[in-house]
Formats: sequence, structure tokens, C-alpha cells
Amino acid sequence: MSRPALLSGLSPDDRPTAIAGLFILVILAAGTGYTLAKFGNAPLLQPGYLLQQLQIGAFLGIIAAGMMLVILISQIDLSVPWTVAAGAMTATAVGGPWAIPAGIAVGVCVGVVNGIGVAYLRIPSMIFTLGVNAVMRGLMVAHTGGFAPQTTATDLMRFLAADRTLGVPHAIFMWLAVSVFMIVLLRRTSYGRAIYAIGNKEAAAYLSGVPTRRVTLLAFVICGVCASLAGMLLAGYATKAYQGMGDAYVLPAIAAVVIGGTNILGGRGSYLGTVVGVILIVLLNSVLSIMEMPEAGRQIIYGLVIILMLLVHGRDGRA
Amino acid sequence: MSDLGLRLRQNAYLLSVIVLFALVYLLYHAAHPKGFSSAVLVQNSNEVFSLAMLAMAQTIPVLMGGLDLSVGAVMTLVDCLASHLLVGTTTQIALGVLACLVTGALAGFVNGCVVVYGRIQPIIATLATGAIYIGLALFLRPTPGGKLDEDINWAMTNALDDFVGTVGLFSDGLPAWFRPIAGVPTSLVLLVLVATLIWVPFRRSVTGRAVYAIGSSEQAAYMSGLDINRAKLTAFTLAGLLAGIGGLFLAIQTSSGNADIPQAGGYTLSSIASVVIGGTSLLGGSGSAIGSIFGTAVLKVISFNFRIFDIAPLLQPMFEGLVLLSAISLGALRMLRVKNQLELFR
Repeated sequence: MSRPALLSGLSPDDRPTAIAGLFILVILAAGTGYTLAKFGNAPLLQPGYLLQQLQIGAFLGIIAAGMMLVILISQIDLSVPWTVAAGAMTATAVGGPWAIPAGIAVGVCVGVVNGIGVAYLRIPSMIFTLGVNAVMRGLMVAHTGGFAPQTTATDLMRFLAADRTLGVPHAIFMWLAVSVFMIVLLRRTSYGRAIYAIGNKEAAAYLSGVPTRRVTLLAFVICGVCASLAGMLLAGYATKAYQGMGDAYVLPAIAAVVIGGTNILGGRGSYLGTVVGVILIVLLNSVLSIMEMPEAGRQIIYGLVIILMLLVHGRDGRA
Repeated sequence: MSDLGLRLRQNAYLLSVIVLFALVYLLYHAAHPKGFSSAVLVQNSNEVFSLAMLAMAQTIPVLMGGLDLSVGAVMTLVDCLASHLLVGTTTQIALGVLACLVTGALAGFVNGCVVVYGRIQPIIATLATGAIYIGLALFLRPTPGGKLDEDINWAMTNALDDFVGTVGLFSDGLPAWFRPIAGVPTSLVLLVLVATLIWVPFRRSVTGRAVYAIGSSEQAAYMSGLDINRAKLTAFTLAGLLAGIGGLFLAIQTSSGNADIPQAGGYTLSSIASVVIGGTSLLGGSGSAIGSIFGTAVLKVISFNFRIFDIAPLLQPMFEGLVLLSAISLGALRMLRVKNQLELFR
């Protein structure tokens, strides 16, 4: 398959990131063209709009960061939706200075349970995390009585999620912090190398002396913490937690990771790609809603974009 | 006799699932105020049917080592289509049913094409096509609605004697051979028919065996000269057809169409759970759609029991999750006995 000359100089791992980046420009151009033709202005190119999109993207981005780690070791975490909700609900219920530590603890607990099931009992993560998700949902429904909890987010949660410094929302700084952590983790630590090794061939990693079970467990813990952190930020953004607040995030998170070039079978992918994938999805959603596209058309375009992006770069090499 | 013993041992897991189902179901009937009656059986069978179809549909990609995240979406698409087409004269309804089945199969075929020719992993390819099918369903039914033909609803969601009554068979009194089976739910008969007329022939065909071979080792299957692409295309098409049957029945059962995104997602996830409880390996290569039917039955019967035994509705989701977790953890206990850790990796 012939590739554009512009991209041929890039390494195979960076190519998906570059393609997704180009696609973001295409989305912005198409959206701007639409608003220029219809309203005669270009709100999409204003810094305020872009910062707001990044703020919305921060929640998805933090979830996708954890999800990417799990996908890199060729597992998946479907317990994310109710880990998000549980983190938010616990934090708002505890309140006070212990709100955020309590929410993080929920994420750690879910991650440990997931990790034990997947790494030690060797149950396929697809089904085990699904069961954990159901249990978390049950616990939260029992805890809240099935209604939106009356407790509200603490001031710190609101400060971290909704407030701005010099016009930049703090949520973006949170995403940035998570991103720096992920990049250092994946590029500069032996843990990061172990992650890629397990994703490529777990047996080989084990024989090379990688403690595969502990690495897997820790990956699920990080994913759980990311999900509960995103949940608390979401609660801070919306000032309270609500039922099903995480449901809309799991599939976009997987899609963002895959669009960013991470192999769904694990072992390959760069974190920068995931960030670009998140921005692509958030912008796509936003531009489609500016175009007043009905839900039906949005779903179809969403599906087509995922297939298109994968056709361009995500094809696995095996015949 | 040794042949029988071998077969029993080979299907020990499936048999234990069936025994579990039978025990829980007997418990349910014993505790139900109207237990052991045709009416209860009919209601249960109707509730199980659509998910059983989806679980069968899900089994086929899982046997190949993949996963189909679009079964719920295909079901929803066909459900919305059926709510438009299943009205009018008998001929129109018959054509409508045919169109629904073709749509389901076509959706599956598209999945197959994306997987085979696009060379995209099934799980992510069907995630994307699933979004497209949900979008199409939303175009057909932006808001829930539609009114299906009442006769087909009555005929399909009741016992066999209501079916023959609606169709107009045996108008001069039921024959003697029919009376013992008059109380059998029509949907149960349909389920058995689908299993014997679609699944069993497929399982025994070369393509069906190729699906198992691909799940065990795709390279070995390729080296053995099996037509991998054709097997995958057929498998996904068949999965789409089965999901379409599920959607068709859902429309008939509810007498309307509803492009409900959370419902589609819920059905997809439940279908995976059913497949796993039914004993099909998520790694591919072993299991059967028959097992998935019983997996669905176990899953559903447990929630039936919640209704009978008066468990607080708020606690039900938690118990369902715990049952699912313990069911899959039981199967994993053998891992604790493995001596050579390398056996754990595949």
C-alpha cells in the first residue's frame, strides 16, 4: 500500500498519530467551513472553544490513559463505567478533605480485584471486568437507592475540574499531569518495558524474568485509579455524581486508544497517539453537534471514522 | 457403551450447566404460586428467546477467537425495521419477515467483510459497525413506536395451541397427538428449530469445522488448506442472521420498535456472559451454541428467582454480578493446581 510521501519518513509507531493529527485538522476545517457558510463566523478556531474542548476531553483522556495501559498488555477493562461512577459517588458521599483519597481508594480496590481475577485466576479480562462492573453497579445502586445521590462535590474537586487559572481550565492540568506520568512510566521505567513485553508475548516476558502477574495487577490498579479520578473530576465539573455517569466513556476510550495507533492485541502503541485519538473523538462529537447532526447520523459517522482510521493504519500484518 | 461414556466425559461441563439450570428452574417452579404451568413456561421462554439468539450469534465469532460487539446493534436494527414492515396482509408480513432476516444476515456479512478484507480485529471492527447499525436503527425509529400486526404477536408469544388457533390449523378440533404438546411455548419450539436447523448443520459442515479450526490455530487451519476467508465471512453472516432473528422476535414480543442504545449494549454484554457460562472458551476453538443457549437459560433463571424470592430490587444487580463472577471463577480454580506456569500462557 503506497503511503503519502509526507508520512513515509515516520517510524511505524508514529504514523497513526500523524494520520490522526491530520484528520483533526480535516475535522476543524470542515467544521469551520460549515460555520462560515451558515453563520459567517469561525468559533471553532477561537482559543476559548478549543480550551473548552480540551477540558471536556480531559475526562475522556484520563480514562483512556488507564485503558491504554491495560490494552497494551492485551487485556481490556470493561469495569470502567461503574468505577467512574463509584469513585465519584464515594468521593461526594465522604466529603471533606478525605473525599479524593476515598475515591482513589475505590479505584485501587477495583483494580486489585480485576488484577487478581485476570492475572492470578487467569480469567479472560473481557468477562471478569464485566462481572466486576455489574457488582460495582449493584453496590452503587444499593448505596444510593437508585437515585442521583444528594451529596455534592467538595470545593477541591470543583477547583480541580471546573475552575480556571489565566483562562486555562484546571482539568487540562490534571490531564497533563496524568500524561506526563504515563509517558515517563512507558518510556523511562522498566515497568513500561515489561508492559510492552507482556503485550508482545507473555510467555517470553515471563521466561525473561518479568513478574508478569504483578505487572498485570498494577496495570489494572492504574486503570482503576484513572477511572475513579476521572469520575471525581466529572463530579466536580457537574457539581455532583449521578447514576450511569461513566457509561458514555468506555467505548469512546477504547476507540480513542485504537485510533491513536495502539494495537488492540497489545504490545504496540504510543501514548501521544492516545492523546491525539481523544482530541479527535471530542472534536468530532463537538463539530457534529454544531452541525446539528441528529443522533442517528452521529452514530453512523462515528462508526465510519473508526473504520476509516483503522483501514488507513490499524490493519494487522498477518495475512 | 464406552462411546457413550466418552461423549459424556467430553461434554461434562455442558452437562453440569444443564443440571444446574434444571435444579434452579425446578426450584423456581416449586416456589412460584403458579409453578409447573404452561403460562409460566410461556412467559419464561419468551423472555429467554431473544438473548438466546444473541448468545448463539455471539458464540460463532467467539469460537474463532474473536468477539462481536455488534450483536445488540444488529438486533436493534432488525427490531426497528420489523416495527415498520410487519403490518398489513399475510403476504406483506411474510415478505417483511424475510426482509428482516436478510437485513440481519447482511449486517453480519458487512462485519465479515470489514474483518476479512479490512483486516481489522473483530472486536474493534464490530464496535464501529455496531455504531453504524445503531445509527441506522435511529433513522428508522427516532422515537420508540410502531404497532405490529396483533395476530403475529399473539401467535408467536403464546403456547402452540394459540399458534395453530391463529394460523387456522386444525379448525375442526385438535387431533389426539397434538394435545400433549398444546401447552408448549411457541418460542421454545422456535428455539429448538433454530438450533437444529441452523446450528447443527453448520457445525457439521466443512465451514463450521473450519471455524473451530481457526479458533484453535489460524495458521494451522490455513496450512491445512481450509478457506479461511470464506469461513470467516460465513460465520459472521450467520451470526448476523441469528442476531436478526433475535431482533425480529423482540419486535414481535414488544409489538413495537425501539432504538434503545443502552439496551443494545446490555444485550451484547449479556450475550458474552451467556457464551462464557455456556462453556465456550473466549480464546476460541472449543464450545458450542447449544451450550450458549443453556448459558442464557441459567443467567435468566437466576434473575427469575430474584422475583420469586423477594430479594430487594435494589440488591438484584449486585447479586447478578456476584453470580456471574462466581460462575466464571469456579472454572478458573484449576489454575491454582497448575505446576508448570508456562502452561498458563497461550
